[in-house]
Amino acid sequence: MTLELRNLRKSYREPGGRSVPVLNISEFRMGDGEQVALIGESGGGKTTLLNIIAGITTPDAGDVQIGGVNVGQLPEAIRDRFRADRIGYVFQTFHLLPAFTALENVLLGMSFSGKKVDRQRATQLLERVGLGHRLTHRPGQLSVGEQQRVSVARALANSPVLLLADEPTANVDPANQQLVLDLLRDSCREHQVSLLLVTHSLDVSRQFDRVERLADFNRREALA
Amino acid sequence: MNLAVIAWKNLQQRALASSLTGISIALGVMLMVAVLVISSVLDATFSQRTIGYDLIVGPKGSDLQLVLSTVYHITPPIENLPYRFYREFAADPRIASAIPIAIGDTTEVGGFPIVGTVPQYFLEDYAPKRKFLIRGNTLRRPFDALIGAHVARTNGWDIGSTFKLIHGGSDSHVHDEEFTVVGVLQATGTPNDKSVFVHLDGFYLIQGHDKPFDEAIKREREFFGEPPLTEEELAAEVARLKKKYSHDHSGHDHGHDHDHMEEVPDLQKEVTSILVNAKTPIAANLIAGDLKKGFKAMGVNPIIPMRRLMVDVLGGVKLLLLVLTGLIVAVSGIGIFVSIYNSMSARRREIAIMRALGARRSTVLSIVLAESIMLCLGGGLLGLLLGHGLILLAAPMVEIRTGLLINPATFDPSELILFPVLLLLGSLVGLLPGLTAYRTDVADALNG
Repeated sequence: MTLELRNLRKSYREPGGRSVPVLNISEFRMGDGEQVALIGESGGGKTTLLNIIAGITTPDAGDVQIGGVNVGQLPEAIRDRFRADRIGYVFQTFHLLPAFTALENVLLGMSFSGKKVDRQRATQLLERVGLGHRLTHRPGQLSVGEQQRVSVARALANSPVLLLADEPTANVDPANQQLVLDLLRDSCREHQVSLLLVTHSLDVSRQFDRVERLADFNRREALA
Repeated sequence: MNLAVIAWKNLQQRALASSLTGISIALGVMLMVAVLVISSVLDATFSQRTIGYDLIVGPKGSDLQLVLSTVYHITPPIENLPYRFYREFAADPRIASAIPIAIGDTTEVGGFPIVGTVPQYFLEDYAPKRKFLIRGNTLRRPFDALIGAHVARTNGWDIGSTFKLIHGGSDSHVHDEEFTVVGVLQATGTPNDKSVFVHLDGFYLIQGHDKPFDEAIKREREFFGEPPLTEEELAAEVARLKKKYSHDHSGHDHGHDHDHMEEVPDLQKEVTSILVNAKTPIAANLIAGDLKKGFKAMGVNPIIPMRRLMVDVLGGVKLLLLVLTGLIVAVSGIGIFVSIYNSMSARRREIAIMRALGARRSTVLSIVLAESIMLCLGGGLLGLLLGHGLILLAAPMVEIRTGLLINPATFDPSELILFPVLLLLGSLVGLLPGLTAYRTDVADALNG
């Protein structure tokens, strides 16, 4: 499924009232099943961009189209459901819920979508990421690498068309970094899911066919 | 995974705080249930369920006093009715049964009220569709006695036990006559349990219970509105009666031999009141109306003054207790509010994660509301069980001390109102934290 950004602008207002430009993107496009590594400096607006694409943050202007659907124009409740159904999100700090087991965290991802909560599929996903023996463990009982793998399984739970990954290997130990990356890329390839992965690691980005530097198409100084 | 499971998981995560707030609700509800059940038992005690008679007939005066002395035996009778009145009254064709009651004395041991009555008393329903169950025999001979379950337990009396009476209104005068327990009544949960019943014939044979002829003549003529006799006429009438019965009970002291007893003339007998069952409810009203017109007697539906007492006095106490326990529940509700609200800052990130996974604002609001409602309803359910458990534990003690039978399974219908109220309370106290969840800025909370 294609992702298209057009004339996207976002600024934040500082406590003093001054407007700080973050994003000013005229156009960005990625194709169906494409895997793109997006690199940029820290504080360059990478996470804000992912949040805008996911419909979590509202842009000041511009369009985000996913599979022809203008996400920004959807009413909030519909946009939430769209995010649950179509978008998977892997966070840098995993963001697993501590009260829930690995399996329940994956099931939780399914609970907010319009699809059936499929325990069998959740189990299969966790087995796929090598955690079949850790289903009933809570995040606190898992290593960081395992937590990120649960996070990947959760992101894939609703069979998304677009998977957003925000520095997914940044907090993972080196031994697990490649495992998580391979898992993400292979899973997306397997299910024809478009992958937009944000990283500041050259080791990670050089594994992608398409690498985009945010600074190259984000002309935020023009907003200043 | 539905919202209730998610809410339950969140509560589990804060197990200590959740338990404490749930328990505080439970304690409030427990007290409320105890108050409701006890007041329900009191209500039943002072209602139609306690007494199976349509009317109580007694001397004109306070209807409440008549009921308290006849049914509950908690105030001494002020006046009595001539036996002749009872006899004529009982012949009324509208009456199904008329049971005479004579009270005033107490047992020497334990101070339990003595009720002089006839064996038929134990054949009538003591409360609607509830019959006396007697272990042993009913009253047959004048000095037979039947005792209530509470009396048997408290005094340790059983069939064959003997006892004496203290004269009514006196602290020290013990009658010589001795009564023998021939039967024990099974617990009824009514004042009968705390009473000692003696045969009316025996009651009159007790020294001082048979009114002197001159007094009896004056009293009876006054009662029936007949002109008083002159001194000469009175003396002549007394002499005639003495000759007729050839035995004056009033003038000398003697103990009664149980095997040889004289009959007490009706003139010398009095009854405190008459328990009446009319053939129809309309007949009961007509009888009460007729009594209003003549003589010096009145007929009272026992429920009316007791309901008045319940509403005027006990009703206020019940309301006060309910208000107090209601406040406890409300304070517990505030505890839930504080607990959930305080947890919201720590849970901002979790809420943001759920929102990022696609949960709608209304969904996270619902989850927080569900947590609050679960705490309230869970605490309420626990409180309901604890309340009945408390009554289960307290019932034997209450019965021993007061004779009040409390069934722990007694369920006051107003207990059902607790749950909608707790549902409302849960919704109210969960609303503000829920709105905080609703307004959570997802991106901000995820990055924070």
